[in-house]
Amino acid sequence: MTRDATGPAPAPAPPRRSHGGRTPWLYLAPALAVLGALLVYPVYQLGLISFLEYTQAQVSGGEPTSFQGLGNYRALFRDPQFWQVLLATVLFAAACVIATLAVGCALAVLLTRVRAVPRLALMLAALGAWATPAVTGSTVWVFLFDPDSGPVNKLFGLGDFSWTYGRYSAFALVLFEVVWCSFPFVMVTVYAGVRAIPSEVLEAAALDGASTWRTWRSVTAPMLRPILVVVTIQSIIWDFKVFTQIYVMTNGGGIAGQNLVLNVYAYQKAFASSEYSLGSAIGVVMLLILLAVTLVYLRLLRRQGEEL
Amino acid sequence: MNRTLRVRRPWRLAAEATALTVAAVVAFPLYWMVLSALKPAGEVQSTDARPWTLSPSLDSFRRVFEQQDFGRYFLNSLLVAGAVVLASALIAFLAATAVTRFRFRFRTTLLVMFLVAQMVPIEALTIPLFFLMRDLGQLNTLGSLILPHLAFSLPFAIWMLRGFVRAVPEALEEAAYLDGASRSRFLWQILFPLVFPGLVATSVFSFISTWNDFLFAKSFIISDTSQSTLPMALLVFFKPDENDWGGIMAASTVMTVPVLVFFVLVQRRLVSGLGGAVKD
Repeated sequence: MTRDATGPAPAPAPPRRSHGGRTPWLYLAPALAVLGALLVYPVYQLGLISFLEYTQAQVSGGEPTSFQGLGNYRALFRDPQFWQVLLATVLFAAACVIATLAVGCALAVLLTRVRAVPRLALMLAALGAWATPAVTGSTVWVFLFDPDSGPVNKLFGLGDFSWTYGRYSAFALVLFEVVWCSFPFVMVTVYAGVRAIPSEVLEAAALDGASTWRTWRSVTAPMLRPILVVVTIQSIIWDFKVFTQIYVMTNGGGIAGQNLVLNVYAYQKAFASSEYSLGSAIGVVMLLILLAVTLVYLRLLRRQGEEL
Repeated sequence: MNRTLRVRRPWRLAAEATALTVAAVVAFPLYWMVLSALKPAGEVQSTDARPWTLSPSLDSFRRVFEQQDFGRYFLNSLLVAGAVVLASALIAFLAATAVTRFRFRFRTTLLVMFLVAQMVPIEALTIPLFFLMRDLGQLNTLGSLILPHLAFSLPFAIWMLRGFVRAVPEALEEAAYLDGASRSRFLWQILFPLVFPGLVATSVFSFISTWNDFLFAKSFIISDTSQSTLPMALLVFFKPDENDWGGIMAASTVMTVPVLVFFVLVQRRLVSGLGGAVKD
């Protein structure tokens, strides 16, 4: 990404590149083969199934598949549970993104203010949380908040309060785990970005008598913008797709489905009730939402002068 | 100049105290996991949870490894993650080289497609992938886990590696050709070693996403459990009446430690790699 914040940089001469004839396609062939067969084709299939009647009978070959047109979508959009799950997904993802970014950025700034030992301690702890697989992270957090033998309720005197029983407390518990395992990416990336800012620029700002806040607003923040865009978009994409944490921590979507998000909802529809076409329709809805996010991301990249 | 010096002393001490406290809080879940894995059975389920133990025992670990096929699951997980990491590193290296070192038609289109592909929700594709794996005869095999994860790791790996390949000066390539190196010689003997740190950083992401996989193992390995992976082994210890927390924590520890080791080994490269990828 270009550092356009430092003023007009001399435009670099466009690199000379060989055309290479067939060579680039040769290099690309394995990637395109894998992606075509295992990503593009399944996306097409997902769309196709969402327009068919596809349940256990069709899967086993007992009944022929029939074209439903928009029937599945109509059924889906008429189902009040779908809208409720969609809303919950968006709100939950938004809460996770905001909390993750706030914690990650705050700690990245904190890292620049401390000496080596506390910095190393925080870095190592964050790497540990980052490295923890989603499944084990989920089980450990459920255990931490276990009403009988978990330390959290004991520490805060909550007695036998069950976190997974209520809708909001269950979502909150999952949110804690998601933030715990995803803030390190934000923290480390933003910290790397802050370190990459040449110290001369900051010294110059200090010499000119700029306050800490002013330096942050006029120098640091603009230079960090490209990085902040990357971590924000990545967080949106990750948190919108959370599956394992919800599935493991709320035991498949909470009591009476109160903690369902789109992913888990689609999974339950498809694999628990064999309504593959409805599950696929939910998948298509998710795909379209994430595609919209991607388009916004692409526009932001373009505006920043990213050379593709 | 050392940037930390400019902060005034009481503030710096407060910042350092905060950093250490946060570090302790962040590390606590992992500490609690290992501690609970080492506690004797009665103490784990005790309602009076204490942050230490006076009589560590390996009983929970023993129980985990005695449970049918746990070692096998572990090996399967390693095989799947290892295969995905190696294959995606090689394939992504070639593709990233193609899109950075050559100009050709559809180059920009391809790049945009790689970006868009990163956003495809892996979970939404479980349904078509299930039927695809069935048609390919891959259900209940490790292939049904390797192939989809390879496809999901590639776009991000290509996107991330691009910055590393681009950072290698063009002049180096020209010099190599002037010296009579062939294209493939340049690719493997000059470019590959130079991009290796980037490959390591990329591999961390492929490794984690594959090692983490829960959904595909749950959906595609349905009848032959000997082909299953670690996350499934963990669920055995969840019981309807009372969860075996000692077993769950021991299995979690065994599942987490390889990733931790991998992370610590590549930690420096990961941090510099992230810096390189987003600020090339």
